[in-house]
Amino acid sequence: MAVAAHRPARRGLTAQERREALAAYLFLSPWLIGFIAFLVVPIAMSLYAAFCDWVLIKPPPRWIGLENFRYMFSQDRYFLWSLGVTLRYMLMSLVPSLVLGLLLALLLNQRLPGMNLFRTVFYVPAVVSGVAVTLLWMNLLNPELGAINQVLRALGVQNPPNWLNSSTWALPAVALMSLWGVGGGAILYLAGLQNIPEQLYEAAEIDGASRWQRFWRITLPLLSPTIFFMLITGLIGSFQVFTPAYIMGGASRWGTSRHLRFYVLHLYLKGFQEGKLGYASALAWVLVIISAILVTIIYTTTEQYVYYEEQGKERS
Amino acid sequence: MATAVRERRRPASPPLWKRKSVREAVHAVIMYALLLGIGTIILMPLSWMLTAALRGPGEVVYTVPVSWFPTKSFHFENFWTVLTYKGYPLWRPLANTLYLVVLNVLGVLISNTLVAYAFARLRFPGKEFLFRIVILTMLMPGIVLMVPSFLLFNALGWYGTYLPLWVPSFFANAWSIFITRQYMRSFPRDLDDAARIDGCGYFGIYRRIILPLCKPVMTVLAVFTFQGVWNDFTGPLIYLKDAEKFTLAIALDYFRRSAFSTVSVNTTNLVMAASLISVIPMLVLYFAVQRQLIGGIASVGLKG
Repeated sequence: MAVAAHRPARRGLTAQERREALAAYLFLSPWLIGFIAFLVVPIAMSLYAAFCDWVLIKPPPRWIGLENFRYMFSQDRYFLWSLGVTLRYMLMSLVPSLVLGLLLALLLNQRLPGMNLFRTVFYVPAVVSGVAVTLLWMNLLNPELGAINQVLRALGVQNPPNWLNSSTWALPAVALMSLWGVGGGAILYLAGLQNIPEQLYEAAEIDGASRWQRFWRITLPLLSPTIFFMLITGLIGSFQVFTPAYIMGGASRWGTSRHLRFYVLHLYLKGFQEGKLGYASALAWVLVIISAILVTIIYTTTEQYVYYEEQGKERS
Repeated sequence: MATAVRERRRPASPPLWKRKSVREAVHAVIMYALLLGIGTIILMPLSWMLTAALRGPGEVVYTVPVSWFPTKSFHFENFWTVLTYKGYPLWRPLANTLYLVVLNVLGVLISNTLVAYAFARLRFPGKEFLFRIVILTMLMPGIVLMVPSFLLFNALGWYGTYLPLWVPSFFANAWSIFITRQYMRSFPRDLDDAARIDGCGYFGIYRRIILPLCKPVMTVLAVFTFQGVWNDFTGPLIYLKDAEKFTLAIALDYFRRSAFSTVSVNTTNLVMAASLISVIPMLVLYFAVQRQLIGGIASVGLKG
């Protein structure tokens, strides 16, 4: 105690503390180096590239100022289009997956024998995502004889949608495929649900609260940080949809389907097919700005509804 | 008075639907019906995939009505055909992908436990600030780095090699640091102190005390890394140019196109067999570790 009081408030690290700090920075060095080499440097490069005419095959980048952005807003006919596709997809997939994920988690949170088996099964689609799953769904969504439309016809739907061949149904088809993986989100909700103390429910039950009230007054508020987390990561994730867009519509043998021209696919085609790396960097930065604005809006509008239990509790 | 007493007394036998045991049984039945229904919907596509993959040459895959289960054709040789396909044998990308998985898992486990150890158990100036940077980079959309990383790796002369696909894993990443640090923080401080009194240095504490305790979180990291590398499409698509070096994900796309273009007969069964080959290792791994994995997600979860 006395020693600590005599120590100068700032600069003075003891020999022991200095050794610990030195060790710490050695342990940190992989991340520090990686952070600079694979994050700061590329980001700086792309910031520069966004203002350049930088074409893959003729290297020296040429500074052109805001020309890339002028072109983007006035001449690139797919810029706003692909942004629209991405935002529409976000609306179609994000809300259903948040709600369904929560409902599934509530179901999986029941105390019934054999529940572990169901949890395992529900998570399976989240494990096998990727190209194989996209190819599988392309078959399932086949308009004439695909399994999904046969089921729909059996259920009495006269003219089931043409899915990927249709301009209106192509996006819902991708959203449908993503909904298949909703169990992945359910597991995260489940983790949140299991952190809710049991006593709260018991107390509420003694006070005569109904199931419904318990859900709205206890479950939902205490789960709000999880929901918020899922909303933000889901938002950032749906800005980045690439693989299904590329496989299903982006580079099929019929050419690029404009209805599946997601923003990142557009960026990829501009940068790596046309080789306009400078322009693609500009597109990437616009995406960063748009998603930052969206996240900020969501953050400020929902903050008051998100309940943090540990306010003022132990913080390392 | 008398009526109040009568009301308070429970009736001798309440109607059937109000008995607790009955209500619980009905509840359980409804829950199981829902679980089974949704479980079926989730597994059906995979079952269809297997059915389609086992079809013989020239057989229709799109049957009416839909064949959800493999009942008639069992052409297991399809898997062999695909693996040794003349134009493009799939064993090659399979081996390539495994190679990348091993390197990435190694890199992620080593680098992230080292970094997380510093954040979780050591005191040093600038800790708060640096950790805030870690959190910030977690929020950054990864796809933004697609072009700039390419510019960098291209400048380094790494285009067309595997280097861009595994070297970065040895330099830690924000998500894994975060998860591992959360986990490492849960051990009591006395562990470190006791080990230090016994003459352990910082690396000794990390290696002998902390690392052995981290098996659960390391399992989670390893599986997520395996999954990420196994399913990664963008990275190999951008950095690899020779078909020899392709990973499974792009090889599948490549295979689908070459199978479509060279053969006039329906090759959906072969495409599905190839897809299944890429799905099965993930499924096997998942079922092998699902207990630790789901438990791990729950415990590591979102506390923070």
